[in-house]
Amino acid sequence: MNEKGVYKPLTYFQLMEVSLRELLVEKGVLTQAQIEEAVEDMRRRTPERGAKVVARAWVDAQFKRRLLDDGPGACESLGIDVPKLRLVVVENTPEVHNAVVCTLCSCYPRMLLGIPPDWYKSRNYRSRMVREPRAVLAEFGLSIPETTQIRVHDSTADMRYMVLPMRPPGTEGWSEERLAAIVNRDAMIGVAVPRV
Amino acid sequence: MQPQFVTDYAAVAPRFQAGERVRVRKTAPLGHIRTPFYIRGHAGTIERLCGCFPNPEELAQMRDGLPAQPLYRVRFRQKDVWPDYRGSDTDVLEIEIFQHWLEKA
Repeated sequence: MNEKGVYKPLTYFQLMEVSLRELLVEKGVLTQAQIEEAVEDMRRRTPERGAKVVARAWVDAQFKRRLLDDGPGACESLGIDVPKLRLVVVENTPEVHNAVVCTLCSCYPRMLLGIPPDWYKSRNYRSRMVREPRAVLAEFGLSIPETTQIRVHDSTADMRYMVLPMRPPGTEGWSEERLAAIVNRDAMIGVAVPRV
Repeated sequence: MQPQFVTDYAAVAPRFQAGERVRVRKTAPLGHIRTPFYIRGHAGTIERLCGCFPNPEELAQMRDGLPAQPLYRVRFRQKDVWPDYRGSDTDVLEIEIFQHWLEKA
């Protein structure tokens, strides 16, 4: 504890983290620099990566086809490294709305969206999203017409899912950067849609 | 057409094709299981083969999980899974299920 000020005892999990980290370094399993690099790498992964992929798919039909067929390959072509075979991109259309959940834990496409929001890991979202998705989406302020199929993806094993939202009307002629700015994290989980 | 997956480890041959009807085995073994309880016993349709992956039930026991098991995305009709489901008849749920949890429906 290097900070000055009021002393607060470590919580159980903080103490476990410090103990494990110090042991790993002491025993030469990892170096302090490697740990810091891994933490920085996690911090660098933010939903802007996913937004960049979505914006490219909106302006480049060939890239979009590749993204839907081979998510990891398409991301790699944008300089984003995702593990082989493990990313599935699902496309929203006027007929189908996709949304992602992990009922068993909190599987999430971290390589494109960063750290998952707390609600994604909550028991409420995880148990209800597969059971009553329309009610859950309504709580997010999203009303999906009865004529649109809702396809919920329970991410239970080795795949990670990202939703490719529909490009909203009124964005004709926009640059990729401007388009990426309207694609937020929730739209790529499928609990929101990009709006202008 | 199913994609070909090359793995550098031993894998079980895939038994199911996209479009085939399958049922999730209704059983409750102990341990680390990646098949959600709520879907056991339900029938769905193979959407695609995702590839072959080391069996997580074995990995959790510190074993190598080989031969790897084919992993499928299986599509279920919401109204089949939840009889009182509120929403469109066409709403579906897609779940990744390992082959050893599936039988022909």
